[in-house]
Amino acid sequence: MEHYNMNLTLKVWRQRNNKEKGKFETYKVEGISSEMSFLEMFDVLNERLITEGKDPIAFDHDCREGICGMCSMYIDGKPHGPWQANTVCQLHMRAFKDGDTIIVEPWRAKAFPVIKDLVVDRSAFDRIIQAGGYISVNTGNAVDANAIPIEKENADKAFAAAACIGCGACVAACKNSSAMLFVSAKVSHLALLPQGDPERKTRVVAMINQMDKEGFGACTNTNACEAACPKEISVTNIARLNKEYAMAGFGADK
Amino acid sequence: MTWKQVFTSSIGQKITMALTGIFLILFLIVHVGVNALVWAGDHGEMFNRAANFLGANVVPRILEIGLFLFIILHIVQGLVLEAENRSKRGIGYAVDYGNRGSRWYSRSMGLLGTLILLFLIIHLIDFWVPSRFGRMPEASINNGTKEVHDLYSLMYYRFQTLWIVVVYVLGCISLAYHLLHGFYSSFKTMGVYNKRYLVIIRWCGYIFSIVVSLAFAMMPVSFYLGWLSAPVN
Repeated sequence: MEHYNMNLTLKVWRQRNNKEKGKFETYKVEGISSEMSFLEMFDVLNERLITEGKDPIAFDHDCREGICGMCSMYIDGKPHGPWQANTVCQLHMRAFKDGDTIIVEPWRAKAFPVIKDLVVDRSAFDRIIQAGGYISVNTGNAVDANAIPIEKENADKAFAAAACIGCGACVAACKNSSAMLFVSAKVSHLALLPQGDPERKTRVVAMINQMDKEGFGACTNTNACEAACPKEISVTNIARLNKEYAMAGFGADK
Repeated sequence: MTWKQVFTSSIGQKITMALTGIFLILFLIVHVGVNALVWAGDHGEMFNRAANFLGANVVPRILEIGLFLFIILHIVQGLVLEAENRSKRGIGYAVDYGNRGSRWYSRSMGLLGTLILLFLIIHLIDFWVPSRFGRMPEASINNGTKEVHDLYSLMYYRFQTLWIVVVYVLGCISLAYHLLHGFYSSFKTMGVYNKRYLVIIRWCGYIFSIVVSLAFAMMPVSFYLGWLSAPVN
């Protein structure tokens, strides 16, 4: 693909902290290379803001190779920007052309309060995992690999569900700010494997209780989450989560 | 887990929507089937006979109580969920994800449901209230030995007015889109995740939504356009 430079107009959400009201600020950036990533373009802008003595734009990032789930920008009305199955750090400027105006917002959900600018607090996800997104095992020597036979198809499905990086794009995309795709990926990942079986009922109930407590919405099965997911987590997992929940609820002993 | 916990969690509330929704889908099959008798071409005799059976027999009368309870539960739970879900996002987006991520009718179940509710109120006042409590023209069946409510003539005269026909057709369109998402979604909410069944359910949902809504919509249209024979009364 041919290299080109572009001039862009950015409308970025600026918010000093959780207490104060935020608003959009407009920035012009010039000479942006088509080979930069979206975050590198923000680095260029921030370098300039720092030189000018202004407050740089706060945004989350860590690995910059699409696997950590930290970057979380809502770009032109879509979590992680215009490309499919992609994180912001892997979104490259060749997705845009000279003269474009790009609108950048943080994830919007009450369960993900804005900390500063484009940075939101996603610790609600951590507390959902702490509620039940684990298996209990005895310590000691590691068990031999493949000691427990696992059906290949289930292993593949569990692996696909485990690809969730917990970025929160599903919540950002959902009209209800529902975390069901995230929770369903974590529940499915463990429910599909024999190691997850002993705690499957307590796990799903505890995780859903925590999800509700954190203030995420219910699922309407619109599938917007799946369309926005950088790891292409399937909404089939949500139906599986519903089944796991129904089995735990209706199948309870007392 | 207590029953209360099962039905008050976010998934539990959706299960309530799904179960009551499927009950209402079953009701629609009976309703559209009986109403299709208006096309029998017998001045409404068979239709009046069937409507009389449903109104007089004890089993449908008991089911009717359940139907009203489930409709109310579906409406109240639906409105509660809609309000709760809308409250989860403080500040909205400047640019909406919109139709790029999902279909408009799947995001508009609350709106479509409300339109159906408004239609339902009009519909009950038009037909259910007079047949239960009001004065009705009577028609004779069994060679004049039995008098039944002449619901056929009630429909016939009601659907001579254009705007009423338009309201009914709009009600049916709202129903079609509501079912287009609701039918499929209810099964997923109840935990059907197997692809082989979901494919079948999706197509059954599409066909059901279109056929049932179209059949309902064609009833007022048929009366208005004079395709059906005039009632005896």
